[in-house]
Amino acid sequence: MRRKILGLVVMILIISMSLLGAEEFRWDMAKGSKIKVALNQHMYTDDLLQKIDEFEKLTGIKVDYTVTPEENYFDRISVSLNSRSGQPDVFMTGAYQVWDYAPAGYMQDLDEFINDPSLTSPDYNVEDFYDGVIGSLRWDLVPGHKVGNGPLWAIPMAFEMYNVAYNERIFKEAGVEPPTAETTFEEFIEIAKKIDGFGGPNTYGVALRGTRNWATIHPGYMTTYVNYGAKDFEIENNKLVSKVNSPEAVEMTEKWVELIISGGAPNWSTYTWYQAQADLGAGQAAMMFDADIVQYGVNVVGSSPEAGNIAFSPAPLPEGQNVRNSNLWIWSLAMNNYSKNKTAAWLFIQYFTSYDYQLWAAVNGRSVNSPRESVFNDPTFREVMSEHKGYLEAFEATIDNTAVQFTPQPHFTELTTEWASTLQDLVFGRYPSVQAGMDDLKKKMDRTLDYIDLSKY
Amino acid sequence: MGVINKMKEEKKLNSEVKENQSEIYNKKPLVERLKPFFLLGPGFLLTVGILVPFAMAIVLSFTNFSFRLPYTSFVGFDNWVKMFTSFDFWNGLLVTFEYAVLATGVEILLGLGIALLLSKENPVTKVLRVILLFPLMIAPVIATLIWQLMLNPSVGIVEKFLNIFGIYNFPWASSPRTALMTVIMVDAWIFTPFAILLLLAGLQSLPKSPYEAAELDGASKWFTFKTLTLPMLKPFLYIVLIFRLMDSIKIFDIIFAMTKGGPGNTLMNLSLVAYNKGFAFLNLGQATPYILILWVIVYIISNYLVKNWLKAQKASSGR
Repeated sequence: MRRKILGLVVMILIISMSLLGAEEFRWDMAKGSKIKVALNQHMYTDDLLQKIDEFEKLTGIKVDYTVTPEENYFDRISVSLNSRSGQPDVFMTGAYQVWDYAPAGYMQDLDEFINDPSLTSPDYNVEDFYDGVIGSLRWDLVPGHKVGNGPLWAIPMAFEMYNVAYNERIFKEAGVEPPTAETTFEEFIEIAKKIDGFGGPNTYGVALRGTRNWATIHPGYMTTYVNYGAKDFEIENNKLVSKVNSPEAVEMTEKWVELIISGGAPNWSTYTWYQAQADLGAGQAAMMFDADIVQYGVNVVGSSPEAGNIAFSPAPLPEGQNVRNSNLWIWSLAMNNYSKNKTAAWLFIQYFTSYDYQLWAAVNGRSVNSPRESVFNDPTFREVMSEHKGYLEAFEATIDNTAVQFTPQPHFTELTTEWASTLQDLVFGRYPSVQAGMDDLKKKMDRTLDYIDLSKY
Repeated sequence: MGVINKMKEEKKLNSEVKENQSEIYNKKPLVERLKPFFLLGPGFLLTVGILVPFAMAIVLSFTNFSFRLPYTSFVGFDNWVKMFTSFDFWNGLLVTFEYAVLATGVEILLGLGIALLLSKENPVTKVLRVILLFPLMIAPVIATLIWQLMLNPSVGIVEKFLNIFGIYNFPWASSPRTALMTVIMVDAWIFTPFAILLLLAGLQSLPKSPYEAAELDGASKWFTFKTLTLPMLKPFLYIVLIFRLMDSIKIFDIIFAMTKGGPGNTLMNLSLVAYNKGFAFLNLGQATPYILILWVIVYIISNYLVKNWLKAQKASSGR
């Protein structure tokens, strides 16, 4: 009997001790910590900064943040991460930068935190993120392997996909039919030609990015490139081989060059998204093929002279293509692998990627598009966005196949900048043909990646 | 014997002088005695401050140092070989010299012309001398962004002005044919005042008597300018040439803000190639040979020009 009682007491003790040991998630678990956060100057950041005080009150964590303009942001982050000082603890990043920072060991795998119930709120619901969006931040660190597998290196705050925006007023006045979801890319070029010069010599058909920078390739160009069935790289004999001179890639690039020459801005080669957006908002450009959130930015009441006149349509597909793909850009939050305040850093990431924050930022701020499906389906959010004609429809027509369309490799920035440079040369007729230009680009790409032996991974 | 005695006396005298000197020195307060070291300190720090990064750059050029790699290893002459065999380098070298020669040439010619016009004293020139300095007070990147806006075909004031003459959508920096001209125009707008300022100071410091003699002899204005003004102004022209040429060889901000080196490779000079490799593509090891070559070019040219400047100074002062 005594033995039984003793056994019972021991059991009770073990159970109660194990219950005490399994800590429950608490927002104030890292109270008193101080973290450094590096942010890029962006409208998403403006929203985030409004909630810093609330986060500090909830968690007791002091946030020391810096906001850097985009032009210098990644230079600064690269230097900070390379110093391995552990600062900043949290930083904003895009998906492409993961291909540089994760293999170097600068980024913390966030699955460890998400899968730990003591560190993650039970209502965080990681399944709520769109697969293509969160999947674009997963990678197994092998060059040439597509994103979507491997550790999760960052969590999305908000993202952009690439659609067409057009000015309804301009189209109506010109008596031209605007693009629709059924418009093919070939028809889209014809529309751009038709509407070009609608208001005199300084007005034009379609605003596109054109600087000698990787950012010229990743929005409309890459979206259309993939929709034409073209690929950037393939693995052959354990080597990454460029496919930019394939028939599909050349056909698409020929059409893109035609679009720029016949309907693009006169000084297209100096255009970043800022200039393209400004022209859409000022009524100088009839259309814009770029990030939906950039287009949305000029349609918000009071933001531009053409606010309220902008309507949206999904990216035009080539004749015969049914699946609508889009490349994407994600501003995400990542953790420095050398951070000395990982719990506090994770709480920060968790808070600003949570449903509550993202719904607030999407409805009250300008953090559209939210990567969370539940936010997109929220009636308040849908009501706000329904004021922007065609926005929700274009989003829904594209989201299922929206993901990073580039092949991860360690020279992404370098080779995509070279790609933009070749595109500029093609537009200015510096090659006898598009095929010749793309052949030359392929050679440069293959030469740069030749040292990578995939059998060693 | 007499010589030996004299030497001994001199030696004795010297040692006495030294003793006296050290006695005087020891009597000086500590601050006074440490003064030479205080004066040497900043110079020493400056030298170290310059030499350490320079030596590090040389070392880095033999490594694969990258912000993308957690650890660095030596790669021998790989980066140098890659540079000398790359299109980027030779094209960059050509663009660097094209830009430097044209920009400096335009600025010196314009600067000299305007300085000659402003050298006459009257109320208009006094006001103009102040106004012409304004561009120098603006950071080159800001000035470039202002020009970018002014040249914009949609909203730019320059475009609106050209529209009056029936010229529409002039390509400016967006076409390979006009991009170099456009950035040189911006460079000239910012830095010609520097040339004006120096050359004006030079003109005002020239002696009056040779001009009075030439006038008495009935020399023409062109003859006076060619045989008097220009030779006497040579040292000032060299100063402008040294400063502007060195600066133009290293130019980065104006080109980067205007076109990022495009269209294509039209404006990819050595500074831009180095920046792209080092910071945009994160390969600092590959970027440093470009910087070092740029340094060698600047060093050789500036040395040559400084020697000529000294010669011109001697010649103009009649020594």
